[in-house]
Amino acid sequence: MNHFFRYILFFILVFISYLVQCQTIQVCKSCPISSLKTAISVAKDFDTIVVKKGTYKEHDIIVNKPLTIIGKNYPVIDGELKGEIITITSDNVTVDGLFIINVGTSYTEDYAAIRVRESKNFVIQNLVLEKLFFGIYIEKSRDGKVFHNKIIGDAVEEYNSGNGIQLWYSKNIQIEHNFVQHVRDGIYLEFSDDCLIKNNVSALNVRYGLHFMFSNDDTYKDNTFENNGAGVAVMFSKRIKMYNNTFKKNWGTASYGMLLKEINDSEIIGNTFEDNTIGINIEGSNRINYKHNTFINNGWAIKVKGACYTNKFTENNFLYNAFDIAYNSNVNDNVFDKNYWSSYTGYDLDKNGIGDVPYRPVKLFSYIVNRTPETIILLRSMFIDIIDFSEKVSPVFTPDDLLDNNPQIKKLKW
Amino acid sequence: MFKILKYSFYDLMRSRWSYVYFAFYLLLGIVLLFLNNDLSKAVITLMNVIIVLVPLIGTIFGVMYYYNSQEFTELLLAQPIKRSSIFLGQYLGVALSLSMSLILGLGIPFIFYGLFESTTIWDFSLLLITGTFLTLIFTALAFNIALSNENKIKGFGYAILLWLFLAVIYDGLFLMTLVMFDDYPLDKVSLIGTMLNPIDLSRTLILLKLDISALLGYTGAVFKQFFGTSFGLIVSFITLTVWVVLPVFRIVFKSKKKDF
Repeated sequence: MNHFFRYILFFILVFISYLVQCQTIQVCKSCPISSLKTAISVAKDFDTIVVKKGTYKEHDIIVNKPLTIIGKNYPVIDGELKGEIITITSDNVTVDGLFIINVGTSYTEDYAAIRVRESKNFVIQNLVLEKLFFGIYIEKSRDGKVFHNKIIGDAVEEYNSGNGIQLWYSKNIQIEHNFVQHVRDGIYLEFSDDCLIKNNVSALNVRYGLHFMFSNDDTYKDNTFENNGAGVAVMFSKRIKMYNNTFKKNWGTASYGMLLKEINDSEIIGNTFEDNTIGINIEGSNRINYKHNTFINNGWAIKVKGACYTNKFTENNFLYNAFDIAYNSNVNDNVFDKNYWSSYTGYDLDKNGIGDVPYRPVKLFSYIVNRTPETIILLRSMFIDIIDFSEKVSPVFTPDDLLDNNPQIKKLKW
Repeated sequence: MFKILKYSFYDLMRSRWSYVYFAFYLLLGIVLLFLNNDLSKAVITLMNVIIVLVPLIGTIFGVMYYYNSQEFTELLLAQPIKRSSIFLGQYLGVALSLSMSLILGLGIPFIFYGLFESTTIWDFSLLLITGTFLTLIFTALAFNIALSNENKIKGFGYAILLWLFLAVIYDGLFLMTLVMFDDYPLDKVSLIGTMLNPIDLSRTLILLKLDISALLGYTGAVFKQFFGTSFGLIVSFITLTVWVVLPVFRIVFKSKKKDF
């Protein structure tokens, strides 16, 4: 019994000493400590710094201790366009509720509003970033969280603008509920594995809404990518999971809903592609499972450029696209099965919900347009309908084994 | 001229064919709108119909009307009336009654559907304007053919051939040229090729106004740049007007010299 009390007493003492040790430091214009930099220099490990409302003209703030920095009522940290604003180099840092503006622009260094360098267990949340070069830049870090930030840039040209959220050589980062607008690439990942990107909105960016390269085993869920200069580009990665994302209104001469290049063994499920010039542009991507996606009103729903093998397209909805599938060769190794095609004209005599005549998603005209792009001007001409029909009856130029043998009669619902 | 126009117009208004034509468009509009419930999709389907059917009906109707009213024309020619006003009056009578059937037939269901609250109103008006232009053009061409051929069978044959050429064969030749010369820059060629055929021109105009313009990829930028601007639109409408005016001039010219 005595023994037990001694233990309890010991724990209480440890807890109290911990509380005493972690003090809170207030930063405001009239406080003894009136800048974030001095607050960090006087703080001990695991302290909390509370920044009160006001404008703090500071840059090159280096957080080299495990601290929690909390802004009350969004204090403004103004970098005055002089360079990087906050750099985190320690583990276990939390930054919450700051309004960071005026990051310097440089052509030799990637200045960021907030940079995390080689640290673990960081949390960056509820920030508002404006007038930035790079927004949140995470390099060689792991196990962090970027949550509920709002990044609004003013990028016009690609060469003198930075990315909203950039990950470089990082692992196991969660990026959730962020809102990124008007930067170069909304979310950019390079050499970053096991990340979760969820519920973000990335819109109106100069180049890509989402861009990743050499980043394996990542999951992208419930994001919206809208009206970006060139849509979304994903390249050279393996085992990617993309669920329930929306790709919308990526219009333009060279823009895609999604550009896949050298993506292998991935899953693309439940996404919506609406009003894009090209829904998905696929190049050299193998063993991808496309399921339960919806393609509405795209110019090309799917454009297959070559070297794409054993991909499976099952149970997708293709609704009112000008071209459902475009191929540039007549070799096919991909499977199309049980999709709904709005331009399917067959019948279902045995009433099992599956059309009795197979559907050919590649039209002759899409083959011709691939060869001679100018012929697009004849779209929806009667002559084109006639040659498409004759090609459908006896395929010569289009892959004759590219068939959906079980086209659905009714639009699929999940 | 206006008396003859009025006469031809009322004559046609009383005839069964105008009603059939009107009823056809009315039915088409109703079916498309109320069974489809997607307005922009309905406009695309309508475009397909207008591009193919309006020229065909304009041609056939024009030729038919000319041959049918030949005796009446000869009677009129015996009166002290200017030749040009006889033929122009007849032409306008046919063309206007056909245009009216088209505009009313398609317009009424769209108005009931709630067109004025919808954003597709501009696409729709463009559709009707090009439809009217096509009617004017093809009726004029039909009158030309009928004036040049006394033989009815020949006249009908040429009329159908003309429609077939502009609606189908022209596109085939156009496509072949584009594919054969695809090593050369073809932007300008395809623009000019489109301008030369009223059916292609109308189709491109409507397509680019609908949001399909997005799909036109990087080559389409040229077309979009041309047709998408007000300059391109004006040039296109001038071309369509030229397509109306030239055959009408030939009607006047030919009718003055012709022996009846």
